[in-house]
Amino acid sequence: MSSGRVPAAIVGPGNIGTDLLAKLQRSDVLDVRYVVGVVESDGLARARDQGIAASAEGVDWLLRQDPLPQIVFEATSAAAHVANAPRYAEAGIQAVDLTPAHLGPMVCPPVNLHDHLDAPNVSMITCGGQATIPMVHAVSRVTPVPYAEIVASVSSRSAGPGTRANIDEFTHTTSGAVSEVGGAERGKAIIILNPVEPPMIMRDTVFCMIGPDADHDAITRSVHEMVADVQEYVPGYTLRAEPQFDDPRASWRGNGRVAVFLEVKGNGDFLPEYAGNLDIMTAAAARVGELMAARKLEVPA
Amino acid sequence: MSRPDLAHDVRLVDTTLRDGSHAMAHQFTEQQVRDTVRALDRAGVGVIEVSHGDGIGGSSFNYGFSHTDEMTLIAAAREEARQAKIAVLLVPGIGTVDDLKRARDAGADMVRVATHCTEADVSPQHFQAARDLGMETAGFLMMAHRTPPEDLAKQARIMVDAGCQAPYCTDSAGALLMHEARARFEALVAEVGDEAWVGYHGHQNLSFGVANSVIAQEVGVRYIDGSLCALGAGSGNSPTEVLAAVFDRLGVSTGVDPMALIDAAEDVVRPYLPRWPKMDRNAIVQGWAGVYSSFLLHAETAAERYKVPAHAILRRCGEIGLVGGQEDMIIDVAIQLAAEGER
Repeated sequence: MSSGRVPAAIVGPGNIGTDLLAKLQRSDVLDVRYVVGVVESDGLARARDQGIAASAEGVDWLLRQDPLPQIVFEATSAAAHVANAPRYAEAGIQAVDLTPAHLGPMVCPPVNLHDHLDAPNVSMITCGGQATIPMVHAVSRVTPVPYAEIVASVSSRSAGPGTRANIDEFTHTTSGAVSEVGGAERGKAIIILNPVEPPMIMRDTVFCMIGPDADHDAITRSVHEMVADVQEYVPGYTLRAEPQFDDPRASWRGNGRVAVFLEVKGNGDFLPEYAGNLDIMTAAAARVGELMAARKLEVPA
Repeated sequence: MSRPDLAHDVRLVDTTLRDGSHAMAHQFTEQQVRDTVRALDRAGVGVIEVSHGDGIGGSSFNYGFSHTDEMTLIAAAREEARQAKIAVLLVPGIGTVDDLKRARDAGADMVRVATHCTEADVSPQHFQAARDLGMETAGFLMMAHRTPPEDLAKQARIMVDAGCQAPYCTDSAGALLMHEARARFEALVAEVGDEAWVGYHGHQNLSFGVANSVIAQEVGVRYIDGSLCALGAGSGNSPTEVLAAVFDRLGVSTGVDPMALIDAAEDVVRPYLPRWPKMDRNAIVQGWAGVYSSFLLHAETAAERYKVPAHAILRRCGEIGLVGGQEDMIIDVAIQLAAEGER
């Protein structure tokens, strides 16, 4: 393979696919050879401008290429990914799924990626999940979390028609992942769209129920360490304030609470900086792809 | 979806047991709900809304946990009501279609789907589900002061096309002055008035809830919200008992007995009020700065915790353009204000 990099493809040349391409162009281990759509589009034209083979003939075209990609990033729709995924699997191509199809295990890079580096298909969960699950995990790895709740506030401009038409999908998937991936016993997720101009930068709040004797210093240390881990791929991922601890209350069944306030500023590659919710999806997907590629390079086929 | 036939000039919708949940910090008991529903129902109120203040699924750290599961409260309300329909609120992004199905199973007849006034396109999924469940529908365009009348009308159109029988101009911040309210009512009636009813939900932060309700009725709004003793977020809602008395004096038929509602407010609701919603400094600032009324108690709690004035928190919330549901940001704002105070 050329220059010792793993050949990859992006299926879905919209805003997400284009931002992902910008990130992957900086990769030492991934070589995006192909960008695929189903109609001619600005995204395909942008890819060709960068010297990448781009086609509007869909996955049929992609699977005729030589060499085949070893990793494909899917930024289309849930329905398209459901149709495409078996074909990738048959061709032995690993799929990183940015759609809401959720066919493979849900992956959040600093939390559980190493468990799934060889999975044929991984799901990138949701934008709110990528932003908040690291914090839920940062708490739950230190102390039991019977319940965690996340509130994601995103700018209206960064919420696309797919998200809007099925906002329950966000709520269900994210609340499930807060427990399954984040490590809370129960999870709840809330999303708010705010149309204020200029657009607000993505904000997330993570509330974790903790026992009355939980070690606050250990939680705070764990949160800071995890923020640093996420900053490796999302430099604009920052705490607005130190974690806030609330004393136990009867209405919390005698438990206390820690609240973590986050701002997620995007890298401004193709998407605007305020769209941290979209950036953290593409950045996390790029991270997943890079680590998968690095593994392929270290293990001779 | 056709709109329901109305027997009276105005269909009063009482939200004591939903918007009032904010003022009760979501601590309603089953007995309070039963007593209130019985009084409202016997007074002739045709729609009674019962939910967590932030709608079904709202029980949370962010908005406050419910004392009693809202499905229990909805079922109790359904049992007590002889003629009234029981409505629930659903805010997409907080509650889901699953919550709606549970509410339907518990006995809810109607759902009011609420979005920020520019975000109606998150609601069609929920209107579709409501139609599939055979429920009556209404749509809340919240914080209606934040978008011009013609844009509000376009958002109402999205809701009506999705199956909403009654889009509302929802003045969540109690911020609409009389001419601003009128312009929005007229725009909604012009856009959807041939196929849907238009509603108005007011708050008293600048004291206009009842006055705007009168204007609303004059220009063709048919659903008007109130709460007994004004029990609701901020300085409360238009008091249902006052609306009943005013419309009676105006000769506008509502189908309710004003004296029975005045008694209900005094004898049933007043004894359980934690405090009478009033136009105090914090609530006036909410109306003035256009802040979501439900932020009031959360701002007061954060003010105490972080030693900054609640009215300063609320003003900052208005300046940065927070919308309904962003209660978590109140803590963030309080922390920032406290830090600024130390510098």
